[in-house]
Amino acid sequence: MSGLSLKLAVQTWLRTRGGVHPPECKDTAAMPIRTIPAPARLYLPLKQHIGAEAKPDVVPLQLVKKGQVLARGQGSVSAHVHAPCSGHIADIVEYPAPHPSGLPMPVLVIENDGRDDADEMPVAKHPHLLAPEDIAARVQAAGIVGLGGATFPAAVKMNLGQAKAVDMLIINGCECEPYLTCDDRLMQERAAGIADGARIMAQALNIVGAPDVIIAIENNKPEAIAAMREATAGWRHVDVVPVPTQYPMGAEKQLVRYLTGREVPAGKLLADVGVLVQNVGTAYAVQQALRTGMPLVSRIVTVAGGAVARPGNYEVPIGMRVSDVLAHCGLVCEPARVVMGGPMMGHALGHPDAPVVKGTSGILALTAGEVRAEAERPCIRCAACVDACPMGLLPVTMASLLKSDKLDEALGIGLSDCISCAACSYACPSNIPLVHYFNYGKGEVVAKREAKRKDEEIKRLIEEHRVRMAAIEREKAEAAAKRQAAMEKQKAEKAAA
Amino acid sequence: MIATILTMAAMGLILGLFLGVSAYYLKVEAEPIVEELTEMLPGSNCGQCGFPGCAQAAAALASHEAPVTLCPPGGKGVVESLSARLGIDPPTGMVDVVPMLAFVNEATCIGCTRCAKVCPTDAIVGAPKQIHAVINRACNGCRLCVDVCPTECLQLVPEAVTLENWRWQRPVLASAA
Repeated sequence: MSGLSLKLAVQTWLRTRGGVHPPECKDTAAMPIRTIPAPARLYLPLKQHIGAEAKPDVVPLQLVKKGQVLARGQGSVSAHVHAPCSGHIADIVEYPAPHPSGLPMPVLVIENDGRDDADEMPVAKHPHLLAPEDIAARVQAAGIVGLGGATFPAAVKMNLGQAKAVDMLIINGCECEPYLTCDDRLMQERAAGIADGARIMAQALNIVGAPDVIIAIENNKPEAIAAMREATAGWRHVDVVPVPTQYPMGAEKQLVRYLTGREVPAGKLLADVGVLVQNVGTAYAVQQALRTGMPLVSRIVTVAGGAVARPGNYEVPIGMRVSDVLAHCGLVCEPARVVMGGPMMGHALGHPDAPVVKGTSGILALTAGEVRAEAERPCIRCAACVDACPMGLLPVTMASLLKSDKLDEALGIGLSDCISCAACSYACPSNIPLVHYFNYGKGEVVAKREAKRKDEEIKRLIEEHRVRMAAIEREKAEAAAKRQAAMEKQKAEKAAA
Repeated sequence: MIATILTMAAMGLILGLFLGVSAYYLKVEAEPIVEELTEMLPGSNCGQCGFPGCAQAAAALASHEAPVTLCPPGGKGVVESLSARLGIDPPTGMVDVVPMLAFVNEATCIGCTRCAKVCPTDAIVGAPKQIHAVINRACNGCRLCVDVCPTECLQLVPEAVTLENWRWQRPVLASAA
């Protein structure tokens, strides 16, 4: 074993916890990105990000241009929505959400006129000379959110980086989910754009000197590593670092721990340990917004799975329905399950017509053979889930606590630290849907908190009602007493007269 | 002999005084647990438990005459806090029922304002001869309005599932499903 690989092995052993190695299924990594033209109608949800829903800035029948702001972000954590094509607003309706429930959410429907008239934002001549606040403002105006899947507004993250002492920017090109290759292809084909975007984002964090930039890529993507190394060759502060191929290497906390040895305390943010992580797709979107003035209106989506006739990586306009995308790529058979995102952390679609949103990294049309549909068997207490957990939790204990509704005890041993990566469910030889239990448990925690909030609200309302009614009663009594007094006075006057 | 009588009398006097003073200063006004339990209940005095109001229900709970599951608007949260205070295990196998909310059928509402007057949380808005509406966020499904509505246009309906309140269901065994 050479010195370098020994060092890597030791680093892996010291700085990673758990993890699994599912089959990669990344055949689409060799297929170039193709563009899907915008269809006749696009369905743009008002909420495609973490935070508050955007508020429509247009009315039905209004003509819009490509890149125009259609809905503005509300509050401190939110993002704008832009038009991916020119045309007119057909309607603002409730439409199935890209969500496991398939419940409706408000969307803007655009009728495409096919002309692609663009309305671009002003372009900065030298983005590298802009002040950090200006860069964040432009990123916000472009509606850019974290494209790795979490969809946290990028500008908010950048400002957070300024508020806390951040000394390192990590560009995440790990893409550890099976099937997905959209980041891999983006790095192979548009490395220069990503590198430029990374430099601009580092500029936005520039407080004292340039922060160190690390571009982390799993070592199963040699072409992407080579392309990124070439694109960043002339830049001193950047390092392209291959990381071991292991799920979930691309999860922020795991990646930061591997690269820096810093561990995020429970309930804290990455920025609290001085690190900011952005996806390669986000870096590219930032570069596009600042160099060409085009906001985030399309993204690279991996379309794969056994049921797809022409799998590959496609540049899809945001708002295109999943059913339209699958029709464009063709189906060889009826898929057993359509998944949005990767097979580990993605979710089955509740409705096939749900639109592609900013956070859609993949559309997987899986055949029955690719879906594991075996029944849950009793736990044999083998602790495979404990070995697999990248957060160092005890999935087996948490699940049995949740089975008997002991929510507080489950929280006590770290339920809220679970990142829902599904490594435990994958590792379980008894097919226990562990991560499903944890998602259920986390939902119960939120439901309980909401119920408590409502209880308190109701109590407050009842008290206010009681006070108001008492005041009304008192006023009535006072008025009656006054009348009585006036009448008696009158009587007395009459008697006197 | 005299010394003994005097000692006993003095002791009796001192201890009696001590007891009298402590009874005056350390008096327990009412059972504190009843107050605490009342605080835990919603306080809308809706009467769905069979008692005239929340305070009476709390008294019954304190003397273990009523089960902790007596309050429908309170839901699981109230059951849990009540059983924690009373030191008993919460009943197992509680089924989650969807919270019920009042709903005005606009076709039959005559705008009599009776519902708005009885609502303990001011959740119903409306003027005389105008159709009323319920503010869902302020309604806890106490049913008081349903009983006074002359046209039966007020009903309790289950709270609608939206993307905000949707939660993952508990996993079910494939064989049981």
